[in-house]
Amino acid sequence: MNKIKCECGHVNPEGTVLCEACGKPIEGNQHIDGNDEKKLLNMRYEGSARRSQTYNKSIIDKTWGFFSSVKVGVWLIVLALIASALGSILPQEMYIPADAPSRDPAIFYEERYGVFGLIFYQLGFHNLYSSWWYMLLIALIGVSLVICSIDRFVPLYKALKKQKAKRHSTFLRRQRLFSETESINENDLDTVKERLKKQRYKVRDEDGHILAEKGRFSRWGPYVNHIGLIIILLAAILRMTPIMYLDEYIWIREGEQLVIPGTEGQFYIENEQFLLENHDPNDEVFGEAIEMEGEMIASNYQTDLIIYEAKNDVAGADPDLEKIVEDELRMNHPVKFDRYTLYQSGYQLNEFSNMSFDIVEEDGDGEALGTFTVDLSSPETSYELDSGFQVEVSQYFPDFYMDEDGNPASETNFPRNPGFVFLVYPPESDTAEVSFIGIGRNIDATGDNNYSLSINDFDMRAASGITVRVDYTLPFFGLGAAIFMIGVIQGMYWQHRRIWLRPTSDGVMLAAHTNKNWHGVQKDIEKAIDGTKINMVEDQQELDE
Amino acid sequence: MSLDERKRNKKNKKKNRLIFRSAVLAILLGAVIFALVNNLQQDNNIYRAGDQAPDFKLEQVSENNDLETIQLSELQGKGVMLNFWGTWCEPCKDEMPYMEELYPKYKDEIEIVAVSLDATELVIHRFIDSYGLSFPIPHDATGEVKDLYKIGPIPSTFFIDPEGEIVEVVEGALSLESLEGHLQEIRPAS
Repeated sequence: MNKIKCECGHVNPEGTVLCEACGKPIEGNQHIDGNDEKKLLNMRYEGSARRSQTYNKSIIDKTWGFFSSVKVGVWLIVLALIASALGSILPQEMYIPADAPSRDPAIFYEERYGVFGLIFYQLGFHNLYSSWWYMLLIALIGVSLVICSIDRFVPLYKALKKQKAKRHSTFLRRQRLFSETESINENDLDTVKERLKKQRYKVRDEDGHILAEKGRFSRWGPYVNHIGLIIILLAAILRMTPIMYLDEYIWIREGEQLVIPGTEGQFYIENEQFLLENHDPNDEVFGEAIEMEGEMIASNYQTDLIIYEAKNDVAGADPDLEKIVEDELRMNHPVKFDRYTLYQSGYQLNEFSNMSFDIVEEDGDGEALGTFTVDLSSPETSYELDSGFQVEVSQYFPDFYMDEDGNPASETNFPRNPGFVFLVYPPESDTAEVSFIGIGRNIDATGDNNYSLSINDFDMRAASGITVRVDYTLPFFGLGAAIFMIGVIQGMYWQHRRIWLRPTSDGVMLAAHTNKNWHGVQKDIEKAIDGTKINMVEDQQELDE
Repeated sequence: MSLDERKRNKKNKKKNRLIFRSAVLAILLGAVIFALVNNLQQDNNIYRAGDQAPDFKLEQVSENNDLETIQLSELQGKGVMLNFWGTWCEPCKDEMPYMEELYPKYKDEIEIVAVSLDATELVIHRFIDSYGLSFPIPHDATGEVKDLYKIGPIPSTFFIDPEGEIVEVVEGALSLESLEGHLQEIRPAS
């Protein structure tokens, strides 16, 4: 194939469907847009040559041609959809429940889901969303997006730039809106021109051939939109690098000092205290609303924290801590240090920090013979009381429950329901009495204890949930989304309208095209030809059906 | 325009198009490779078989063992079974007796290091007493080693060969047979 010279004199690139200048259908290429079977012309991409459909030479051209096909793009999206759905049939590896007998995926999937689970695992679907092929699929969608856009934008831009006001009569006849008038008054065309200009059309006149155009800007909407999508995809790629994005969560109890996860042991955090403050129910402004709500309404969640920087080489070895930040972390008031941002994200109030116990004589008057306090985060092995009693901590269950075999055990690592087995040595005695004591439980193991224990007092402590985050990618997502939105608006709220007038011997041919809102362009024409002898256009599509 | 001129023009245009397309494809290919490599590297943050086990140093709290501190790098030359556990964790309790049973047999060749993630030392002592454990038990009170090894749910066990390379990572409890099998794999070559 060679370049095609149209009868208007314009030389079109191979693969052109409608002459770029005059719009005359180019013989031999009409099958590309299906014009050979229809009365109306398909105005897609102005009938310009999408080269990918015609060139197939070097590998580069072939690759380019492959990705420039919208069909390929749609298939890639369908495949990605199917893959995404497949991955959600069984839980992904990171969601294997902690209480599974074995969390090894090689065992877990088969054990719980049988043969299907085994196949799921062997196909690697347990890590589908981070598998190389899923990533590749998403990446290929991005590639398709870029190439499709370039391959359509460039010829469309050229075609719109090269278009002439003088159009071939076939082109006009085969537009959806068309009329032909046998004879018109001398100044009818000037009247129409003036009126179109008033309606903010850009009017071009070439030897009496008129092209009125407005809103071409709207045609770039989809491409602007794609640029936004590509920026969002790039931001997603950046998000995979730990330098740009990090998201961790830490539970820290009041008084605790822990390493901040994700900082590779470089930073430590200490929780001095956690505050949960409520609105005053007697408040003049909010009092009524609080009463209606029927419960307390929190006004503040706050962690008073200290951040330390650690200076040591080996993980775990007593770190040299240097205080770098001391601050109040409140909801919506993050604390920033180094590259990291901390957010107040959660709290738990159901833990005990210490408990004190009374020793009471069973048959006595209930007067305490001694009191001792146990620090639940670091209990002593034994407590000596002034009254001569000695209490040994035989067992400590921070979160007491009875396991399946009926043995006392701890359900978690945290003192939410402390239970103790105490050995009580009365003064000057070597034989101990065994007591079990917990919240709502006080058991005399042998049944003949002379002294019993009771909880005298306790303090609670709060655990604060803190999100640790580094996120440099948000501005990119914002930018991408904004550009995406601009593209949508551009394509949605503007319409590209074109009206052609081609003088004939005595009369005129009138045709119009728009990418949307055909009613609108008809209104524009009505206004423009009002009072002239020019016939109103007819919608040939409706006639077609 | 003469025919020759036009031909030359066309050739030039074709050449430019090829350069443009090659450039765009090269940039896209670069971005795709960057994304894939990055994705793989992210997995590398978690230590797995074949990686060098990162060094740590913790206080050893078991009174049945003479060591005061445990530093992983000092155990080179011996195989190391590095176990992360807690007294509240049921599957951890299940595998402890197996570890204790095999410890004397492999003691000279393999060190069993069971890092406790408990909050309080007392519960560890009581646990050691009731299970009669003799292997070293370091206490990771600040969670730093837990964070270093990216430990999620426990038990998690790393089998490390005498050169300090991780041979196997086991998530979840071990049976006596599988434990012995893994220990065989990390014995120093004699």
